[in-house]
Amino acid sequence: MATRKSNTLKLKFDSARNLSPAPESKSAAKIEPRYDLFINGKFEKPLSKKYFSTINPATEEKLSEVADANAADVNKAVVAARTAYDKVWKKMPAKERAKYIYRIARIMQERAREFAVVETLDGGKPIRESRDFDIPTAANHFFYYAGWADKLEYAFPNRTAKPLGVAGQIIPWNFPLLMAAWKIAPALATGNTVVLKPAETTPLTALKLAEIIQEADLPPGVVNIITGAGATGAALVNHPDINKIAFTGSTAVGKMIQHAIAGTNKKATLELGGKAANIIFDDAPLDQAVEGVINGIFFNQGHVCCAGSRLYVQESVFKEVIRKLKDRMETLIVGDPLDKNTDIGAINSRQQLDIINNYLKIGKQEGAEMYQSSCNLPRKGFFCKPTIFTNVAQSNRIAQEEIFGPVLAIQSFRTDDEVIEKANNTPFGLSAGIWTDKGSKIFNLSSKMRAGVVWANSFNKFDPSSPFGGYKESGYGREGGLHGLSGYVNLV
Amino acid sequence: MIVTKNIPDFTASPHIDQVGVEERASRFTKRSIKNETKINGLKLALNMIDLTTLEGKDTDGKVKQLCYKALHLHDAYPGLPTVAAICVYPSMVKVAKQALGDSGVKVASVATAFPSGQAPRDIKLRDTKFAVANGADEVDMVISRGKFLSGEYNFVFDEIAAVKEACGSARLKVILETGELGSYDKVRRASDIAMYAGADFIKTSTGKISPAATMPVTLVMLEAIRDFYYKTGKRIAMKPAGGISKSKLALHYLVMLNEVLGEAWMNNEWFRFGASSLANDILMQLMKQRTGVYQSANYFSID
Repeated sequence: MATRKSNTLKLKFDSARNLSPAPESKSAAKIEPRYDLFINGKFEKPLSKKYFSTINPATEEKLSEVADANAADVNKAVVAARTAYDKVWKKMPAKERAKYIYRIARIMQERAREFAVVETLDGGKPIRESRDFDIPTAANHFFYYAGWADKLEYAFPNRTAKPLGVAGQIIPWNFPLLMAAWKIAPALATGNTVVLKPAETTPLTALKLAEIIQEADLPPGVVNIITGAGATGAALVNHPDINKIAFTGSTAVGKMIQHAIAGTNKKATLELGGKAANIIFDDAPLDQAVEGVINGIFFNQGHVCCAGSRLYVQESVFKEVIRKLKDRMETLIVGDPLDKNTDIGAINSRQQLDIINNYLKIGKQEGAEMYQSSCNLPRKGFFCKPTIFTNVAQSNRIAQEEIFGPVLAIQSFRTDDEVIEKANNTPFGLSAGIWTDKGSKIFNLSSKMRAGVVWANSFNKFDPSSPFGGYKESGYGREGGLHGLSGYVNLV
Repeated sequence: MIVTKNIPDFTASPHIDQVGVEERASRFTKRSIKNETKINGLKLALNMIDLTTLEGKDTDGKVKQLCYKALHLHDAYPGLPTVAAICVYPSMVKVAKQALGDSGVKVASVATAFPSGQAPRDIKLRDTKFAVANGADEVDMVISRGKFLSGEYNFVFDEIAAVKEACGSARLKVILETGELGSYDKVRRASDIAMYAGADFIKTSTGKISPAATMPVTLVMLEAIRDFYYKTGKRIAMKPAGGISKSKLALHYLVMLNEVLGEAWMNNEWFRFGASSLANDILMQLMKQRTGVYQSANYFSID
């Protein structure tokens, strides 16, 4: 039998990408034309009298407009939080606090479909992810921390955990509701009150969370949600009556926050950028490793701080892994985020798309070889094809800087020592992935990896009971799990 | 007949991560198949069925009825395809062949002391030759699972190669009976052995052992086929059998096939469903797509 050279063989996947549309109905999503600030249990018009629009990044259509809080609005929210803290929340028995948190979790479950649609409309992420990951995981965080509220003496044996007071929380646009849950749930469980500022491009699910909080009858002022851009966040960070800043976002802003709070006794937890290394050894289950790489970099359009944006492949399996990766990329469906079959939705904003496209240009200028899947992109909205770069050097900017998009930089390696050194050779240290069939190698490597989370034969796995956080410029403090309580208590 | 000069070390077959492969398989079930895609998929699935009867109580009459069904799935719905093949015991091949005539529907016969495979090789070969001599277009053999599990890979390899030779021009389906192999690693290894030994199809199950076909097992086998294709340039067909009785599940399998092996495999030369009750469920769904309402099961013939 004649055998052809394997490099001429190619599988075709066009029909796998061209399924009949299966859009989720928008009717589940009730979005008001205008949202005010949620302060002291009520939606209040901003003192700034200003509003800004939030758009659907997949269509560039306006969804709603939200209030732009100025320093006076921030002050009003902080005063409300302080009053609620002093008069109600810190005095309330812990098991009563827990009931409110449980109630939030349950209402969120009941309204999951509505929240999933709004999250997808406002942020551009595929409905499959908001439905199966964002919303259920957010509800789980509330459930999990509700359980801790009256068990803090077991969380911190022989110590007494006292709340800090008012927490100022600033969250990013990549997982809007989930990040709100990560921040609010442990703060409430430990007896703090909250002023939360969602990102300016994705404020809607946080504002709908305010509706849940009203429905759950949480005492007014315990959670306040204010919207705005960087200036609003700065006003919150600089407010003198804040006891704690919890921030998730870019390393640049994280550094500004540290400057701002230096010399005060505000506590902080910072969860910042990342440039995670995903490492495939030649004895790894390759197909599952490739799936993990796909999940690691293309989940949520790559807008994930712990995204596996660097891939190291052992040279003996390099070609095979690249081939499998390219085949798998061909089957990714890019397009309407509301379609249930969409794997990769819209880039969150035009600004972010420009950043990503600029890195694509840089990668090509640096001599790396770019490969994109052959999918078609919608004409409107902000979209980016799934992209991998091969022929990448450690000194390339695309291998060093966080791109925060569906862009993977791939390098080969030869020995264990070499890959540990290269994987750790980054200012970041949020996460890493190791793919090998050999258990002892996993233990050896994970203990040498300077990263807060190391996944073995999996990637991007989250659970409320598991702590998450970084090394080096990826920030400090842990969120989730028992560790997530520590950031919100004084131990006496 | 040696398919390739480079026979690999089968103990070095790739490893499979159980959690990962099951997660990937479940991801295919998240695809939402609607409208045109659904109708085309259902018709394609019908056309991929090996309509099967493998009972001790099979008779000529039963097989003839099944053959009529294969050609006339549901005449109330014009334009339906036929199934791909009828799958019977060797003793029924002649009857099936006569009943199907030159319709294009193939006759597949199980052989090699199906389903256990616990017989000497010369009997297995005679079984095979008997089926082929009676007109079988395809032979579904079982591997010697006992030998495989005791590590005698050469025995299994040689047996498959010998049966392939006995098949002549009939296409050979090699049943791994994955429900008896115990792990995905073993499924992968058995797939590699079968393909290198000359299988035209690899097939999950006899249908006599539970679990029969599952999506993760089929995924492991499809990935083995893909890797074999890239290494040798030779295409191998796939047949999950047993346990696929609902249209929705059949559509999930097709999604999986389409995303692992691509368009070239999306026809009944390269993919089959071994099933007896799947056809009627698909017919019911097709009628529902056309009329908007479900019809009673009594409207669909049982054979």
